[in-house]
Amino acid sequence: MPAIEISGLTKTYSVGFWRKTERVGLKDLSLNVEDGEIFGCLGPNGAGKTTTLKLLMGLIYPTAGSARILGMPVHDPSVKAQIGFLPEQPYFYDYLTPNELLGYYARLSGVPAGDLPARLYATLQRVGMSEHADTQLRKFSKGMLQRVGIAQAILHDPKVVFLDEPMSGLDPVGRREVRELIETLRDEGKTVFFSTHILSDAETLCDRVAVLHRGELRGVRAVSDLVAASAGKNEVVIQSPPNADLAALRALASDVRTVGDSLRLVVAAEKLDAALDAIRAARAKLISINPLRGNLEEYFLEHIDGARRKEVAP
Amino acid sequence: MTSRLYHIAFNTFREAVRDRVLYNLVFFALLMVGSAPLFSTISIGLERIVLVNLGLTAITLFGVVIAIFIGIGLVSKEIEKRTLYTVLSRPVRRWEFIVGKYLGLAATLIVNAGFMALGLFAAVLFVQRSLGMQDTYILIALYFIVLQFLVIIAITLLFSSFSSPLLSAIFAFGVFVIGNFADDIRGFASLTEGVQRWLITAVSYMVPNFGSMNVVSQVAHGQGVALGLVAMNTLYAALYLLAALSGAILIFEKRNLK
Repeated sequence: MPAIEISGLTKTYSVGFWRKTERVGLKDLSLNVEDGEIFGCLGPNGAGKTTTLKLLMGLIYPTAGSARILGMPVHDPSVKAQIGFLPEQPYFYDYLTPNELLGYYARLSGVPAGDLPARLYATLQRVGMSEHADTQLRKFSKGMLQRVGIAQAILHDPKVVFLDEPMSGLDPVGRREVRELIETLRDEGKTVFFSTHILSDAETLCDRVAVLHRGELRGVRAVSDLVAASAGKNEVVIQSPPNADLAALRALASDVRTVGDSLRLVVAAEKLDAALDAIRAARAKLISINPLRGNLEEYFLEHIDGARRKEVAP
Repeated sequence: MTSRLYHIAFNTFREAVRDRVLYNLVFFALLMVGSAPLFSTISIGLERIVLVNLGLTAITLFGVVIAIFIGIGLVSKEIEKRTLYTVLSRPVRRWEFIVGKYLGLAATLIVNAGFMALGLFAAVLFVQRSLGMQDTYILIALYFIVLQFLVIIAITLLFSSFSSPLLSAIFAFGVFVIGNFADDIRGFASLTEGVQRWLITAVSYMVPNFGSMNVVSQVAHGQGVALGLVAMNTLYAALYLLAALSGAILIFEKRNLK
């Protein structure tokens, strides 16, 4: 049974003074997230990532479609005891200390009173905040609040953890720590669903990613497939005279882009020798040849634009 | 369920107690009650009447201001600051959140009224040198004041469930003022005819009749309060606040939290 099942989930908002204009927040989203998987939801701002998370948390109601977590409808209170949620740019009751805040949330989640002190200490230690357990949250930096936010999401040992932009506001050290934390959640067998627009984080962590754009799902793919798809390709960078004839070289490349005064070409390994001959014939200057490793950025851009962006030199 | 209600209520109470604005209001209320003996020295022979009138009115007004001031932000602030997200993503039903917040603010106001009442009784003791049977009626007046608080919090929550904090405050304060004149409005309705009479009567019955819960002048003069009125006011306040709270819950249950 998938940990998360989303079927035809749609959310439209009525906007304007008379609320007659409809704005699509999410359109017909269907996907499954398997048990124990780290699933990344990618997209630029306004893509529908937060809308998806709010629908899964039952904070907003869908216009159409449905979602189930651990086989139960999202509004079922018993499912909520088994999930953890970190909202985007979280803000907590700043008059409380982390101990008081986590104590409050733990009680609402039904953590037994006897387990509380040990649970609070262990969770705060896990996010590196045990030294600040009794300082009011209003004195915390954005990064410290983010850590408290992650602590409240994992405090009650949930089976599925939802994180909305978990790296936001963190310095490089903090980001690495959160990455490691998410990896330990996977090692513990938890399912993690997180949204981000930082592609390198998703690439490092995720088993699979979904790309959302303007409320629509543009693609779902395993990160390992992205790497495999580009195996055996090379990136060739050249600089050529203004009127050089590059037709033969272009014909050998699967992708050509102009970056500044350089031309970047993607050439298959078996065509590399022919490409080098074509470069010499055109009297172009070879800058570099590197084996290509497929990355998430390419996949992301390809799906955001609907087609791979090609920028061909005039 | 009870446990969750208690924890939400306790957190609301804790927030109010740690809010410095609340301390200022209580400080001013206590100052007003404390200064009552000074006022009463001006009115020879009327010390107790002036003192009790002034003290109970101060407790009412400050309590209503606190109820509206905190009540308007009780839910809207949680939505605006998104603190609600991490509560409602737990096994907490939306109605439990509203009722918990209501109980927390009610507890805050009862504790405040209790402290201010202690100040009033201390002032009465200072003026009279002793407390008599007539002073126990002050407790009934205080009970009615608390009933007014309970109703006004529910009304504020109802307004804030569909309008902005500023409008909610204006509406709630308006209802409080009109509710104090509900009997007068009914009297005015009897002077009119036709649709006008019907409309004014309807309005006078829709607003809570705070006038019937105001026995301040009566107890200031040392007069008792009929037990029948205590029972009727209790029942009336209970029904009114349940209706207002149910309305707030119904709206909040359907609301999309942006």
